[in-house]
Amino acid sequence: MTASSLAMPPVRVEPPTRRMGPRRSRQATSLSGASALGLGVALLWFSLLVLIPLTAVLVQASAGGWDAYWAALSSAQTVAALKLTVGTSFLVTMINILMGTAIAWVLVRDHFPGKRVLEVVIDIPFALPTIVAGLVLLSLYGPSSPLGVNWANTRMAVFLAFLFVTLPFVVRTVQPVLLELEPEVEEAAASLGASRFTTFSRIILPSLAPAITSGAALSFARGISEYGSLVLLSGNLPYNTEVASVRILSYVEGDKLTDAAAVASILLVVALVVIVALDVISRRVARHG
Amino acid sequence: MSIKITSVGKTFGDFVALDDINLDIATGELTALLGPSGGGKSTLLRIIAGLEVADSGTVEIEGVDATRLPAQKRNVGFVFQHYAAFRHLTVANNVAFGLKVRKRSKKEIAARVDDLLRLVHLSQFADRLPSQLSGGQRQRMALARALAIEPSVLLLDEPFGALDAKVRKELRDWLRRLHDEVHVTTVFVTHDQEEALEVADRIVVINDGRIEQVGSPDELYDEPASDFVMSFLGPVTTLNGALVRPHDLEIESSPFLGASAGRVVRYTRVGYEVRLDVELTEEAGTAPVLVTLTRADASAKQLGEGSRVWLRPITPTGHDFRVPVGVARPA
Repeated sequence: MTASSLAMPPVRVEPPTRRMGPRRSRQATSLSGASALGLGVALLWFSLLVLIPLTAVLVQASAGGWDAYWAALSSAQTVAALKLTVGTSFLVTMINILMGTAIAWVLVRDHFPGKRVLEVVIDIPFALPTIVAGLVLLSLYGPSSPLGVNWANTRMAVFLAFLFVTLPFVVRTVQPVLLELEPEVEEAAASLGASRFTTFSRIILPSLAPAITSGAALSFARGISEYGSLVLLSGNLPYNTEVASVRILSYVEGDKLTDAAAVASILLVVALVVIVALDVISRRVARHG
Repeated sequence: MSIKITSVGKTFGDFVALDDINLDIATGELTALLGPSGGGKSTLLRIIAGLEVADSGTVEIEGVDATRLPAQKRNVGFVFQHYAAFRHLTVANNVAFGLKVRKRSKKEIAARVDDLLRLVHLSQFADRLPSQLSGGQRQRMALARALAIEPSVLLLDEPFGALDAKVRKELRDWLRRLHDEVHVTTVFVTHDQEEALEVADRIVVINDGRIEQVGSPDELYDEPASDFVMSFLGPVTTLNGALVRPHDLEIESSPFLGASAGRVVRYTRVGYEVRLDVELTEEAGTAPVLVTLTRADASAKQLGEGSRVWLRPITPTGHDFRVPVGVARPA
């Protein structure tokens, strides 16, 4: 997120448009031909796949005017769905920060039989089609659960589905950074008198903070967008277990595209705010010491 | 005695890293642990620091038994080969780390960090991050960080190993001068005999987990206790079955008393030095004898490839330092 903004050159390069024939010679940039082409392709690609569709959603959301937008968002059912989605994603992300870091730590620092198997298994929630994940959750925690629990049609189902699909993110972002952390750095801290706790909080944690943050951002974004893994178990009960993505789908099915886009725009804003907030926190932690 | 090591042993699985090491290091001394890699010298240093635990034996630091003391409590400064910089902290905060852990007052920390940065010539870099420093500067920062806690001993593990030749040489001279100024008991590990000879007051030669010899640089160079020490501390060649230094050979273009006849088969000039490979007439077919002399000397004696020459070891001041060639270790 910040890397891409830093990588942008100070010169404004206009995205290629139809009417650029004769102006081509006048390039006010110091970019070489190859990197100008590269940047152009990247921007075009990014625009086609991300910027234009996002704009389309915003345009769609504003199609009915401010009143319609507000009406869609202030419907109690939508508010409940958004609250549930954002709240659960937030909680799950917090858990992932702790558990993901711990799992990455165990995978990197400890040696135990079956470590390689665990390495592979970690990715399963990520690789599995979400509807398959939903099926797994339904058979494990549903009405015919072998564990003797029945979390179908409860908020627990939403929580479990989010936890399941977001598990790998923090693990996978923290692991490589932890691998690169030289053991000498910890030894240096120890020889300077730092306890294990001090070494962790003032040396290791600040080094991991950027990785934890990006893992958390991915995990949160995946949470608020989750659909497939929870539809089977959660029951999609309005005001109770209905999440934002299900709400959007039901708006679309009811031919209320503008309302669907309004909810989508809120999810977009929430995602942006969380990503920026996480980045700020990570910079704070990384500078701490 | 600042450090007293008594019958320390350490194994890693089947590998014997250290075997019954006994060593005393005097207060204020600058000692080099010298030996080939894998010889156990770094392990010994890490045991002194508490970063590794000895299987047997004891380590005393300033009269206190430190064998069971964790690294945090030993008050030992340690400098690593690859700097082990705290990458997210500025140079000043790296140096201040040990003092902050010790909960010194802000004023005291600032003053001490200032002094140390001046000592290692990094004052103008106080607010930079380690990644913005060169290797030599990073190692000086690491040294300042280790000195900040006023350690009872300073330990350096191949401190210049990761630096290029020129910076290495500068830093080496600088470490010597620093030690003369600060006077903290210092032990450094190196596999570079030149570094040890140039910097250390005393050298401990370690090989295969055992101490081969302890002594001043001169003692070790002039009176090596074994073939290993002799060949490790400088260049050697074999003349009539004895190990000699190539620059301790007298060479003439005419016969003289006690000299062996031969012929120059290779002439190499490296800067001010000339290296000759001489094949002895009596020992044709064996490896040639290596002779080094100054370029002026070589041209005065009109030596070149194919010259007939006569060789004899120089025996300085009547002391025969030649060591018979051992069976186990060919030169």
